[in-house]
Amino acid sequence: MTLPQVDLRIILPEITVGIAVAVVMVWAAFLPQDRQRLLRWVSGIALLLALLEVFVVSGGAAFGGMYVRDSLTKSLQIIVMLTAILAVWMSGAYMERTRLETGEYYALLLSAALGALLMAASADLLLLFLGLETLSIPLYVLAAIARGDLRSQEAGMKYFLLGAFSTVFFLYGLALIFGAAGSTSLARVASAAGTGSPLLLAGIGLVTIGLAFKAAVVPFHAWAPDVYEGAPLPVAAYMSVIAKVGAFAAMIRVFVLALPGAVVPWGTALAVLSMMTMTLGNVAALLQSNLKRLLAYSSIAHAGFMLTGIIAANRAGTSAVVFYLLVYTLMTLGAFGVLLGLARRGEEADDISDLTGLAWRSPALAGAMTLFMASLAGLPPTAGFFAKLYVFSAVLDAGYVAVVIVAVLTSVVSAYYYLRVAYTMFIGQPSPEVEFVGGRWVSTAIIVTAAGVLLLGIIPAPVTTFLEQVADALK
Amino acid sequence: MLTVLIFLPVLGAVIVALIDRSRDPLLRWIGLGASLSSFVASLLTFALFVPGESRMQFVERAAWVPSLGISYQLGIDGISLPLVMLTTVMMPLALLSSWSSVTERVKEFTISLLLLEAGLLGTFLSVDLVLFYVFWEAVLIPMYFVIGLWGGPRRTYAAIKFILYTMAGSALMLVAIIALYLQGGAQLGIRTFDLLRLREVAVPMPLEAWLFGAFALAFAIKVPVWPLHTWLPDAHVEAPTAGSVILAAVLLKMGTYGFLRFLLPLFPQATVQFAPVLSVLAIVGIIYGGIVSWAQRDVKRLVAMSSVSHLGFVTLGAFALTVEGLQGSLLQMVNHGISTGGLFLLVGILYDRTHSRLLDDYGGVAALMPRFAAVALIIVLSSMALPGTNGFIGELLILVGTFRRVPAYAAAAIGGVVLSAIYLLWMYQRVMQGPVRVKAPAAMVEVTRRELVTLVPLIILIFTIGLYPNFLLSRSEASVRALLRHVSVRTAVQSPMPPQKFAARIPPGPRHPTHQSRR
Repeated sequence: MTLPQVDLRIILPEITVGIAVAVVMVWAAFLPQDRQRLLRWVSGIALLLALLEVFVVSGGAAFGGMYVRDSLTKSLQIIVMLTAILAVWMSGAYMERTRLETGEYYALLLSAALGALLMAASADLLLLFLGLETLSIPLYVLAAIARGDLRSQEAGMKYFLLGAFSTVFFLYGLALIFGAAGSTSLARVASAAGTGSPLLLAGIGLVTIGLAFKAAVVPFHAWAPDVYEGAPLPVAAYMSVIAKVGAFAAMIRVFVLALPGAVVPWGTALAVLSMMTMTLGNVAALLQSNLKRLLAYSSIAHAGFMLTGIIAANRAGTSAVVFYLLVYTLMTLGAFGVLLGLARRGEEADDISDLTGLAWRSPALAGAMTLFMASLAGLPPTAGFFAKLYVFSAVLDAGYVAVVIVAVLTSVVSAYYYLRVAYTMFIGQPSPEVEFVGGRWVSTAIIVTAAGVLLLGIIPAPVTTFLEQVADALK
Repeated sequence: MLTVLIFLPVLGAVIVALIDRSRDPLLRWIGLGASLSSFVASLLTFALFVPGESRMQFVERAAWVPSLGISYQLGIDGISLPLVMLTTVMMPLALLSSWSSVTERVKEFTISLLLLEAGLLGTFLSVDLVLFYVFWEAVLIPMYFVIGLWGGPRRTYAAIKFILYTMAGSALMLVAIIALYLQGGAQLGIRTFDLLRLREVAVPMPLEAWLFGAFALAFAIKVPVWPLHTWLPDAHVEAPTAGSVILAAVLLKMGTYGFLRFLLPLFPQATVQFAPVLSVLAIVGIIYGGIVSWAQRDVKRLVAMSSVSHLGFVTLGAFALTVEGLQGSLLQMVNHGISTGGLFLLVGILYDRTHSRLLDDYGGVAALMPRFAAVALIIVLSSMALPGTNGFIGELLILVGTFRRVPAYAAAAIGGVVLSAIYLLWMYQRVMQGPVRVKAPAAMVEVTRRELVTLVPLIILIFTIGLYPNFLLSRSEASVRALLRHVSVRTAVQSPMPPQKFAARIPPGPRHPTHQSRR
């Protein structure tokens, strides 16, 4: 057997991140505890380098067509890099304070990013599976990384068991699709999709379940609130975004590109899922007083909103989902960033009441949080508004009126709990137990995300125009 | 020009945000200065506005999100001009009125009000549907904070009720906007959110009715049309004086403005078809609002409920679909802003002195504050629509316009005029006249110079509009006629319904409706 000719330059960003994983992992063993922070810099620089390479490296396919680098890959990988870089910036101070800062934290963070990079570029179900596992397994470990904390252990265990279960679904679906189409290549699956073979449909159903679990789509969402609550704050922040980016990258590849013919009958099922997700996510978030749980339900709700763009399965839908992912990344990481800037007696300040009166102690932090909350609620003039406008118009164009009506009404519901968070910061007396622990890099991350949310809300045109071209190039 | 008008308050808010919160009077002066400069810019617009022109003037357009067909497009015509002026006049007064009553978090308060002004002006000036929606929603957050942070005891409840009510309505409007955009894309061959282009789209009927419903719901909640008014008393009563003034004077007009700007031109067929429904709801609101006001023991609540009644007239006039009706509706929007804004200022002045809003705690105030009583009488009479004041012209035009369409509606609405005389005079009598029943008469000091400054412009406007309404009506007439022509052309072309019954009537000739009434 001869290996196909591979132009390795095409996967330069993945190689860079891969090398960084190895370097960080090995080097960590030789560094004393108090100098582990050096690895923060190594990870950050490696990610920045990889981001640069994503812009520079030219497109094409590799590994016998399993790997494809097109403009969709490029835009999704930029979002992945952005997530990872912001996560590195935001976790430093927290990990140092809690004495969790070790090489494996950064190595795991980087390998999860590597998995998401591969998912974004996969043109084959096998590579997709590989990416999915490279993404998921580090996240299981990260959830449990606070070794002394039982809640973190529980979160890791829960996430692992349910995640492994969902992986089986994905793998079984993959096998069925292979049986029906005779290939795992997405292009070949696409040509077989028209036949409507029951085997293929069953396979697609199982793959959907696998991906829905990663994206925390109802009814496969139950893990999210517990895992977010138990996991250390920076991990919850990272996880809530990177898993979504990976899962939705896969969904675009599978549903929109590989199965455009099959999407129509499957669209109804996805529409039901998305309506359930939006409703449950937003209604359950109303009852939360813990901010991590609230953000967990909010992330479920946003998965529902993004799923509507997948259902649309049109040109606008694809670019809308990518735009939504970008905006979701900025606003969710921003909100987590604000929480990372606070501590209650050295612990995580994760209760809504910890924010009481924050605006009078730190107007800038409260202002940023208000901005993120307004954006999450989809209020103009923030990026969240355009993200929603964009997906909704794509879905309506595809004819799913009920989905859009459910989506806008649940957005109204979401305004209640997001604005409650914002309102809390402006009333009452600040709690003396809450202190500021952010440091320079958390502030940088908050500034970057806040600027992004505001800029994309005021002048989204450059990004949306680019994404339209991306979607055009796919067809 | 219009961009400057909108962004002067934003600039002011940015400057205020950068100044240290301890420099209290400076913050207020900058806020006042920003709103006054916006007022000057609007005066300039008013002066340069060409009266006979029905199309948009001072148009500014730039591509905003070209891939979605969203443009940054502003324009002003006879329908938006009066409301822009109303906004820029009321905002400095609102800021002045809070000079002594808001003493905490002045910085945030000033920023909120300035951003609110920018949002309101943007709502009235947008000619692109998405831009309009952006401003429409952007108004909510500052208002939410104004009620929620500086309001009365039940402010949290009132603020969240206000925002959820309005958002629920506008969410469906967003769906309708997108549906219209897609429909327009199919018909025009180009997808755009441009109002002027979308006006030409003939939406097929069942869809048009649905879209009409979604828009109408959003606007009706904002107005508020009975039975969607329940958020209003809470929001008004809990809001601080400046908040109530802006809420009553300008915010509610977003809804009635929406009727004229969007509902009529975009969905003419559905408008004609559903006008009776909205007219009847408006009449119910007029009567209901009047009766409920009569029963109030809380002055602020009384004034709030009277808004439901007064805005019923505005809605009635809008759906009369006659020149007089629309002109009257537009004029009455301004009048209600002036008189009800004024009433809230008066209540605020009293509340500052006694910290009570209950009618039972007042009595004989005229004896203690004679100058205040005189000013209050003028504003009350204007709200009652006494001839010579602004309210008379507006209500008369609406009633004439409605009478020309359906006499029965006008007859039913007359009841509201009588009711408003009852509850307003009753209120005036309970508060001002009779023996002194105020608990602490010493606190009832005469109106200060600052308070007079907030009231005198309103008095001037009451008489100016009352005696010479033409300076507003002549500027709006061309646009109103063009709008009605648009409605009648569109319904005549598309609809198989009998045009003589449903199409809008346009009286021939240039004669001006007010001339018959005033002279």
